[in-house]
Amino acid sequence: MSKNKKMYNRNIIVAGLILFIALITFPVWNYYVFSGETSTAPEIKLSEKAKAAKECVRSKEYMKTEHMQLLDVWRDTVVREAKRVYVSPNGKSYNMSLSSGDNSCLGCHVDKAEFCDKCHNYASVSPYCWDCHIDPKEKK
Amino acid sequence: MNVRYMYSLIAVIVLFLLAYAGAEAGVWSQYILGVVIPYLAILVFVVFFIRRIVGWAKSPVPFRIPTTCGQQKTLPWIKSSWLDNPSSRLGVIARMFLEIVFFRSLFRNTKFAVKDQNKPFYALELWLWVGALAFHMAFFTVVARHLRFFTQPVLFPISLLENIDSFFQVGLPGVFISGVVLFAAVTFLLIRRVLIPQVRYISLASDYFPLFLIFGIAFSGLLMRYFSKVDVVGVKEMAMGLVTLHPHIVEGVGAIFYVHVFFVSILLAYFPFSKLMHLGGIFLSPTRNMVNNNRAVRHINPWNYPVEVHTYEEYEEEFRDKMIEAGLPVEKE
Repeated sequence: MSKNKKMYNRNIIVAGLILFIALITFPVWNYYVFSGETSTAPEIKLSEKAKAAKECVRSKEYMKTEHMQLLDVWRDTVVREAKRVYVSPNGKSYNMSLSSGDNSCLGCHVDKAEFCDKCHNYASVSPYCWDCHIDPKEKK
Repeated sequence: MNVRYMYSLIAVIVLFLLAYAGAEAGVWSQYILGVVIPYLAILVFVVFFIRRIVGWAKSPVPFRIPTTCGQQKTLPWIKSSWLDNPSSRLGVIARMFLEIVFFRSLFRNTKFAVKDQNKPFYALELWLWVGALAFHMAFFTVVARHLRFFTQPVLFPISLLENIDSFFQVGLPGVFISGVVLFAAVTFLLIRRVLIPQVRYISLASDYFPLFLIFGIAFSGLLMRYFSKVDVVGVKEMAMGLVTLHPHIVEGVGAIFYVHVFFVSILLAYFPFSKLMHLGGIFLSPTRNMVNNNRAVRHINPWNYPVEVHTYEEYEEEFRDKMIEAGLPVEKE
């Protein structure tokens, strides 16, 4: 179409294109210039108690992707229907509680920072669990 | 059945099947879908986007042709419209900003109708404007939000945006308003194109294809977040791999993720060759980006070739003797 013709408004268009490239490549130069933080996914550290128990209320794969919905359902069941017992598909019963006592999520996964926050921070998830609940360890 | 949208729909379905099969086939095809194709798509997007812009920049604009929507600046006692008929660069920038961010000219969209007693009138037709604005703003928000996968640590503005976007705290994982709005808006724009006969008549396959593709992107995105979950931490690790130029595949992330990434790659690669280039083109619209100072400044058509002229001074110089001989008046003796 246009061979070796001159560009009109050259300065402003070149400036615009440089801005465009800067925006598109933002994650790359942001990493190399400013962040440089390790980009690999964090490893979850299981507590001794969790290791001993071998399995959670559901399978690891299920918990990995669905734990938030499970907890959401638990909350509604406890708060609205006052039912506190969860029966998992393999027949075991569990106490539905996030943070109170030894027989709760945090009773087994004792270290919130190592177990919850690591991945949540990595994936920029800020669950509002902690608007109401407190980490039992922080209480002391 | 209309071949124009059927072809587009079939194309998107074939792309979906390709990606799905590739995601299931093995690590090598996951590598192609998750690393090779995204890199190629970005490359094609950037290179041909620039080429397109440079091509436009090389096209001369013969006349100053800003759209005039108000009184031009003339005499001091005639009220002029600084925004709708900008006579200064500031006015142009303000008008451009409102056009790009709020689609002001689309807001003026009117519809001809005949009401009672056969009286014709032009009514405001705002649905296209509403749909388009919802679509573009939601799309922008969604894209910006995705930076959480491409930055580590996640930057504050991005997490702030996420918090605002999930303001209503519906369900877990919290519903992002922008994702739902994007999906609803793209569906609306698609249905509008198909159902309104006049719009369908002027719609081509290249109008339907991006709509179906973006529909697929939004759909697979919503599916991944709310229904058939993927391993988000694995997704971020792969995204960071692309960013840090050490790409690798994380196994067991889920096939929908590859479908989503493949759709986005196709969109990026298709972008510079399609009507989607209005992203860059809006800035180069001569009817919007020019100052309307036709009467104040002389504008010369850039493709004017040099015209040889013979001024009166030269004429007199050439024929002075003959003119004096014939008794004609001359300026210089």
